Amino acid sequence: MASEEILRVSHVSKSFGDLEVLKDMSLRVERGEVVSIIGPSGSGKSTLLRVINQLEHADRGEIVVCGNELCHTDANDRAVYAKKETLKTIRLSIGLVFQSFHLFPHYSILRNITEAPMHVLKINREEAESTAIELLRKLGLSDKAKAYPFQLSGGQQQRAAIARTLAMNPQMIFFDEPTSALDPELTGEVLRVIRSLADEHMTMVVVTHEMAFAGELSDRIIFMDQGAIIEEGSPEEVFSSERERTKQFLQHFTK
Amino acid sequence: MNYSTSIPYMLEGTLKAIELFALTMVFSLPLGLLVARLRLSKSPFVHLPVRLYLLIMRGTPLMLQLFFFLFFPPLVLGIPVDRFSVAVFSFSINYAAYYAEIFRGGIESISVGQQEAAAVLGFSSLQTFFRITLPQVIKRILPSCANESMTLVKDTALASVIGIAELFRNAKNMVAAYNMIRFFAIAGLIYLIMNSVVAFAFSRAEKKLNYYKD
Repeated sequence: MASEEILRVSHVSKSFGDLEVLKDMSLRVERGEVVSIIGPSGSGKSTLLRVINQLEHADRGEIVVCGNELCHTDANDRAVYAKKETLKTIRLSIGLVFQSFHLFPHYSILRNITEAPMHVLKINREEAESTAIELLRKLGLSDKAKAYPFQLSGGQQQRAAIARTLAMNPQMIFFDEPTSALDPELTGEVLRVIRSLADEHMTMVVVTHEMAFAGELSDRIIFMDQGAIIEEGSPEEVFSSERERTKQFLQHFTK
Repeated sequence: MNYSTSIPYMLEGTLKAIELFALTMVFSLPLGLLVARLRLSKSPFVHLPVRLYLLIMRGTPLMLQLFFFLFFPPLVLGIPVDRFSVAVFSFSINYAAYYAEIFRGGIESISVGQQEAAAVLGFSSLQTFFRITLPQVIKRILPSCANESMTLVKDTALASVIGIAELFRNAKNMVAAYNMIRFFAIAGLIYLIMNSVVAFAFSRAEKKLNYYKD
């Protein structure tokens, strides 16, 4: 199968005040790929996802999503962003699943899922609802359509949040530590959903601390530390790395 | 003493008070929402003038503001004004300032994650405000709004100072005419009844929004 580039990040830097969170970061993702990003807290993993999702502004660098340029560096060494319509196109091509779900508490689970398709994509109610019901069935939440987020367990809330993201039919989904806010016994149900998406060849970038999961699922693992990529490769390559920093980090996860 | 003339006179005043209350609510709530949004603007050209407005409205007596808007337009600008319109205008811009601060507190209490989730789904900032933020804000600010609205019911009595024939002024006239202070007691009872209705309406609204927790 010919590879098709879906995301290219080149030389992106981002600082919060004096703190440089991303240092000349570059990354490529191809369609159908599952990439996991691992690394200690504060290594810039989440910031990378947030910059690509336009929740943070890059200071410089180039980002191209599905052939659309999000930003590039101008002659003054500053990131220049695309115009509004392009930003929206790019936004709609990427889904983001948050660590703490961020479901809309005042809407039922069904309405959480149909709200954006109806009001952003202008899909009619019947179609949006039938898609939502189908997604809920697939994610094992059929009986929760009328429930409100507070009535669901954390694992169910995260699955509902994934359904909400899938309903927008994105080209690629980012997961920002999707199981970090969950009790250990609830992570399995969320990881199973992500695994089933991988089986369907959904392009995914997953920031995670679940090493076994990342190893089993990913085509590629990226180890980040202090805003830069330290190591990148197949799970086998990264997990058997001889590099001191990588070994030191991975040590925390072996019993 | 003749109750057949004094009671209708008191009720007339009550209706005037209700009219002032209702019109103030109708104008001050949307205005307060707009002011809250402008107050939260990042641009100093927007939020600084808004903060000055909030300071003046909340920092000077409403009674003084009533006199100002009664006398300033005709005496300085040569524009004739109608007393009741002056009352509605003064009450509206005064209460908008208080409601604005309540709205602002509510808006700021909603987690930024809600806005981010909406943004990532492609909602515009206006859609995010009206579909995601505002409904949650309303639930949170209902108790403070009930407080403010009950104060407004009582504050309508201030309109008497610019000659509006509302409940308090009419009661005072009756007390003077018949030399009987029982009209003050009747007025007090009527204010209490009006505020019972307001309190009941707000508690109904609170119950209605109890279908979810966050």
